[in-house]
Amino acid sequence: MDASILLILVQDGLVNGAIYALLALSLVLVFTVTRVLFIPQGELVAFAALTYSTLAEGHVPASIFLLAGLGATACLRGLWDARATRNKYGKILFGTLGPPAVVVPLTLWLAPRHPGLAVSALLAVATVAPMAPALYRIAFAPLASASILTLLIAAVSVRFAMVGIGLVIFGPEGTRGIGFSDAFFTVGPLTIPGQAIWIWIVTFALMLALAIFFGRTLIGRALRATAINRLGAQLVGIPAEGAGRLAFTLAGAIGAISGVLVAPLTTIYYDTGFLIGLKGFVAAIAGGLVGYPAAVIAALAVGIVESVSSFWASAYKEVIVFTAVLPVLLVRSLLGPPSEHDE
Amino acid sequence: MMFRVAGLSVSYGGVAAVQDISLHVEAGSIAAVIGPNGAGKTTLLNAAMGVLPSTGTIEFDGTSIHAMDIETRVAAGISLVPELRNLFSTMSVADNLRLGAYRLRREGSAAAARAMDEIFETFPPLQRRKEQLAGTLSGGERQMLAMGRALMARPKLLMLDEPSLGLAPLIVRDLFAIVSQLRATGVGILLVEQNARAALRIADYAYVLETGRITLEGTDLADDPRIVEKYLGQKESKSLGGAPPPKPRHP
Repeated sequence: MDASILLILVQDGLVNGAIYALLALSLVLVFTVTRVLFIPQGELVAFAALTYSTLAEGHVPASIFLLAGLGATACLRGLWDARATRNKYGKILFGTLGPPAVVVPLTLWLAPRHPGLAVSALLAVATVAPMAPALYRIAFAPLASASILTLLIAAVSVRFAMVGIGLVIFGPEGTRGIGFSDAFFTVGPLTIPGQAIWIWIVTFALMLALAIFFGRTLIGRALRATAINRLGAQLVGIPAEGAGRLAFTLAGAIGAISGVLVAPLTTIYYDTGFLIGLKGFVAAIAGGLVGYPAAVIAALAVGIVESVSSFWASAYKEVIVFTAVLPVLLVRSLLGPPSEHDE
Repeated sequence: MMFRVAGLSVSYGGVAAVQDISLHVEAGSIAAVIGPNGAGKTTLLNAAMGVLPSTGTIEFDGTSIHAMDIETRVAAGISLVPELRNLFSTMSVADNLRLGAYRLRREGSAAAARAMDEIFETFPPLQRRKEQLAGTLSGGERQMLAMGRALMARPKLLMLDEPSLGLAPLIVRDLFAIVSQLRATGVGILLVEQNARAALRIADYAYVLETGRITLEGTDLADDPRIVEKYLGQKESKSLGGAPPPKPRHP
């Protein structure tokens, strides 16, 4: 392997790594705010990719009906939980039925008219992102005080349900999305495809937006506060469930955007999301599930390890990636248990 | 009557932690709950704040708040400074205070900044540590920040859980002086303390909580022989009244 091949592999790894970084960020966010290990994040990625490809081909993606179903279920769940207080009905109806009420008719109208790639991408994100807060209302908010293990089992069940539904609505065939750009840029020995540039720009912009949101706005600070000390946050009036919903909404948006970005890179099947999500997990765990910068660096490393090992021993590429996390975990556990955050 | 609890009971898995508690706090007054470790003082405050489920009546400003969740009680004007402080340790002192005003967020950041200046006037050490992370503060500063964060929400009822815990006597004296100044602004204060001497010195009314029940209450508990014997001790009881508290050798 000479230097130019290594460079190409690193470049490839940084493209996938950027996607893993986005997923790792969203998983850390959801975990710190709600203690949920959001396993179905990978499914949202795959669903967004498939929705985008279907739209770009001029067909109506069945995922809009999944969104409608999830919205309606979340609405019933929300109304049932609010029956004692009775004053949040409007908010619940708007929050759960609002997204499908906009997305479903818009998609039915636009899809046969062959929307452009940009519109398809926006619609795909608008279809898939609101699924995450709906899943939160249905499966996780009612378990808010359960143990991490219970929440993990709930997350695994949600994933199985999502994969099954994915097979029904998208079928067993894979699709590859159309790239935003078919340009190529030559830099020394490297030929960088336009899609890679797109991925880097969008990833960087999203991270910048998140940094500003968490560092500068009161709502962003409130989310961080909930992550640092849940009871302390409740005692200043930050609703734990609202914070959880916001975390899931952000995670859903990040997952959906990642899906649209990744669609043109590889053939996506209804169950492809698991491996993509799992690599985001490896990065998030390597970062200790608390640190954002650590998770991003780990995600880029995962991407590079993956592309280098797929060159050397492509049959073992997943094994190598998932084995690589073991020494990291070992070192982390030797360095001491993660702090409890409460004093 | 601003804040009233009647027949309040809390149990953990069938075992009663506090039983049939009745107490009240008037606006602009300090009610103290004293008692030994494990008597159920923290449980009582957590139930009053909605952190723990309870049975009985809890009324604030004439309306029942028993079914409200924590956030709604905060919005109604109740703040709790918990025993563990529960600060946002990896955020700055200023951010902790900003979040204290979360319930008033619609008033805008200028109002929050003014409120923060008032907190800095009350607790000058916090101003010097403004940009420091809350986790790096000393014990006394943490308690100041916890109180400052609660006051940022402009509560009508402030509940303090063991504010003297782990603090040097001189700092306790300063903190309690601030608590009695707060009373003058019309805030009702429910003070839970193991440090009976310090609590009774500023309280207008006091309750004694022992093994989950209120065993004694009144306005002049500091002179009650049962209290003097059990919680204040013979020797130190002389320093009650007008005499200044004993000076610590080193703060």
